[in-house]
Amino acid sequence: MWACGQRPPVARYDSPMSSHPATGSSLKSISSNGHAASNGSAEKPREATRPPAPAASAFAGGFEYAPAPETVKVEIKERYGHYISGGWTTASTGKDASFATINPANEKTLAHVSQGTDKDVDAAVKAARAALPRWQALPATERAKFLFRIARRIQERARELAVLESMDSGKPIKESRDVDIPLVAAHFFYHAGWADKLQFAFHGRTPSPIGVCGQIIPWNFPLLMAAWKLAPALACGSTCVLKPAETTPLTALRLAEILEEVDLPPGVVNIVTGDGRTGAAIVNHPGVDKVAFTGSTDVGKKIAAATAGTKKKLTLELGGKSAHIIFEDASLDQAVEGIIQGIYFNQGEVCCAGSRLLVQESVLEEVTKKLELRLASLRVGDPLDKNTDVGAVNSAQQLATINKYLKLGEEEGATLCRANSSTLPGSGYWCRPCFFTGVQPSHTIAREEIFGPVLSVMSFRTVDEAILRANNTPYGLAAGVWTDKGSKVLDIAKKLQAGVVWCNTYNKFDPASPFGGYKESGFGREGGVHGLRGYVTL
Amino acid sequence: MARFAPCSGLRLSLYNARMPTVDAVMAAERAASFTKRSIKTHTKRAALELALSMLDLTTLEGKDSPEKARSLCRKAVRPFPSDEQVLGKRLPSCGAVCVYPSLVETCVRELGDAATRNVKIASVATGFPSGQYPLEVRLDDVRRAVAAGADEIDMVISRGTFLAGGYDVVAEEIRATKRACQRGDGSYAHLKVILETGELETLDNVRKASDIAIRAMHDVIASGMGGTGVAAVHGHNVDFIKTSTGKVQPAATMPVTLVMLEAIRDWYLETGCVVGMKPAGGIRSAKQAVHYLVMVHETMGPLKVPGFETSNGNPWLTPDYFRFGASTLCNDILRQLVRLKTGKYVAGYDFSEA
Repeated sequence: MWACGQRPPVARYDSPMSSHPATGSSLKSISSNGHAASNGSAEKPREATRPPAPAASAFAGGFEYAPAPETVKVEIKERYGHYISGGWTTASTGKDASFATINPANEKTLAHVSQGTDKDVDAAVKAARAALPRWQALPATERAKFLFRIARRIQERARELAVLESMDSGKPIKESRDVDIPLVAAHFFYHAGWADKLQFAFHGRTPSPIGVCGQIIPWNFPLLMAAWKLAPALACGSTCVLKPAETTPLTALRLAEILEEVDLPPGVVNIVTGDGRTGAAIVNHPGVDKVAFTGSTDVGKKIAAATAGTKKKLTLELGGKSAHIIFEDASLDQAVEGIIQGIYFNQGEVCCAGSRLLVQESVLEEVTKKLELRLASLRVGDPLDKNTDVGAVNSAQQLATINKYLKLGEEEGATLCRANSSTLPGSGYWCRPCFFTGVQPSHTIAREEIFGPVLSVMSFRTVDEAILRANNTPYGLAAGVWTDKGSKVLDIAKKLQAGVVWCNTYNKFDPASPFGGYKESGFGREGGVHGLRGYVTL
Repeated sequence: MARFAPCSGLRLSLYNARMPTVDAVMAAERAASFTKRSIKTHTKRAALELALSMLDLTTLEGKDSPEKARSLCRKAVRPFPSDEQVLGKRLPSCGAVCVYPSLVETCVRELGDAATRNVKIASVATGFPSGQYPLEVRLDDVRRAVAAGADEIDMVISRGTFLAGGYDVVAEEIRATKRACQRGDGSYAHLKVILETGELETLDNVRKASDIAIRAMHDVIASGMGGTGVAAVHGHNVDFIKTSTGKVQPAATMPVTLVMLEAIRDWYLETGCVVGMKPAGGIRSAKQAVHYLVMVHETMGPLKVPGFETSNGNPWLTPDYFRFGASTLCNDILRQLVRLKTGKYVAGYDFSEA
């Protein structure tokens, strides 16, 4: 210990928050000393004793990690057509008939994909309809074999898929490699198990396939969302028309190659690329029996309106503004890890991101300080570097949205903490992780989904107030609770209006665990037994 | 005020009040995340050289001989005598040798006196490794090791007393041990408090024991400064908390070290005092050592402690505040350094044993 019993001569760390002078000594929950001698000496500044001459460190310039790029090379075609009826359509050319998908980390074009027209969608739906009788007549064990084969092939090509996913979406390779692709394989494995056991999922009732499914997925977890949609549909004997998001179509198209490799019968899965117009064509096609959509609440409302009055079944998984509640009796260092995972995972582009942090008043200062320190250690940069924690924002449009909210938050009176000072690459779409303090529940940043690495920190005093604030939102997708007290967890979980409540963890996914929302976060569940319900008629 | 019940004399421990708890699942997850960092080329080389300089080269066997202690000292001073030919540069010495008290004098003769030696002499004491001796015997053990010339004392806490809830007793024993570290000239030998985390079992206990040890050591130095200004005269005093004796499994693990680092970090935030950290036992490979340094960097780096600009504001990335207690780690570090330079793995027998 150097300079024991006295404060260091200068501010002890560079606080980027002007409102937080570096007075670590006032942290409330760690002042349990109880020894008069040291308490007294801690308060009285003494004559400075020299710290020892620091030993020369091998890291004189700081511990800068050398670049650790992922070296797997992925072949990408220049142009892609649609995958319809087990074959590829000729790739469209021309200004309106195709569009570029770019790497958001360097703004370079990866490939051109075709803009799906009404004709393309019609062909895909007809192919799915034609494939339906044979697919649902297939013995369930045979359907299971196809799902197993898909899962195994995804595992075999996991590294390639992870790299492609990171290139197309901007997410760090660490996440696509360790989270996205393993979960994709797990979803197919899990549903392979259900294919011949459906009668046990719905006791006393006979499930039959729902028919042709039109499935529209977002850009934040491109291949994982495809798996969430396709695996239960195939297990239940339905056929699919899938539209990946326009900014991230490449892994879905790569999945089509895998479907070819495993000899999936033509027409069982059809993949049509395109923007919102293609999505609208799928939703409005009379040959579609069920629409499954994951995306924004705005679009979800339009789809709900479009399918109202038709026989089409609908499940929606929409936006969120999930509450993350930290009680004073939580393990705070681990809670801070949970907060980081909750909001900065996938650049915050997660529908269930814990974007509203509610901290009990007595530990607010300590949690904020620790969050600030942890924020500083996050590494933002090249998604293909294995040491990157936060990658690129998916698109210029999304970055503009995030920046709009950052400006709005400050205008409304919240204080922005930008403790992270990672060096950003010269091109690409980047937003350093950050958080707002002094946020009021009425602020726009506390009410609207930002879909970026931006956290709103608020406080509460009592348990009732925490529940009231957590539920005070149009959304209800997920919530997190941190406390060491088991009875508190169980009580609060019942009172939170959220489809998923994580206790002492956050953003954990498993194919056996149902996922879905309350209120404007949508309806229907994905994963688990509950997820099968959306793909059968009883 | 009326009293309704006779006073039972029950004493509530102050240490029970608002002690931080640890969530074991998340702590393990965070610790595992450091092992996923990919440390390459020049960063790896720098990390390995730093780890070498942080080694407490250790021998703690009943059969230890003066000759073994002497060769340990030589190895610590110059871990790889042909470093200049093979690596093109002189490697740093190890941080310290760590021996039983009976061998301290041998080490002093081999390494030279305190003012000149650049490898410190650490001695285990207080009835190491069990600590199952009367306090006076343990303190005498410490005084003798200090008198023999030890720079650093590695003490063990009474785990039985701790697990029985005698936190105040444990704290008082640590204070007594620290006082026993005082030399004739008023200066103190540095103290490392071994928590023996393998016997504490839970991370909650690890955190509690860390907090008790840090505060108890601080009490002695703070009162010393108040009384005679000894610390000011002596210059500085560095105390450590340490995971294990190496005699109990599991010894050092990454979650345990993370929790102890968090206790050190919180103490720094609260008081501005810097306490050292020593994981010991079970760290055998260079790769593990690099993972530990990644953990130190990411956990402590953002603190930016003033006065430590040479290590980018991180005292724990210097041998003054972070040590590895290990014996086989040294040669694996050397092996990896040679491979980084030459691209070839050399045989284990190309390096001298201790």
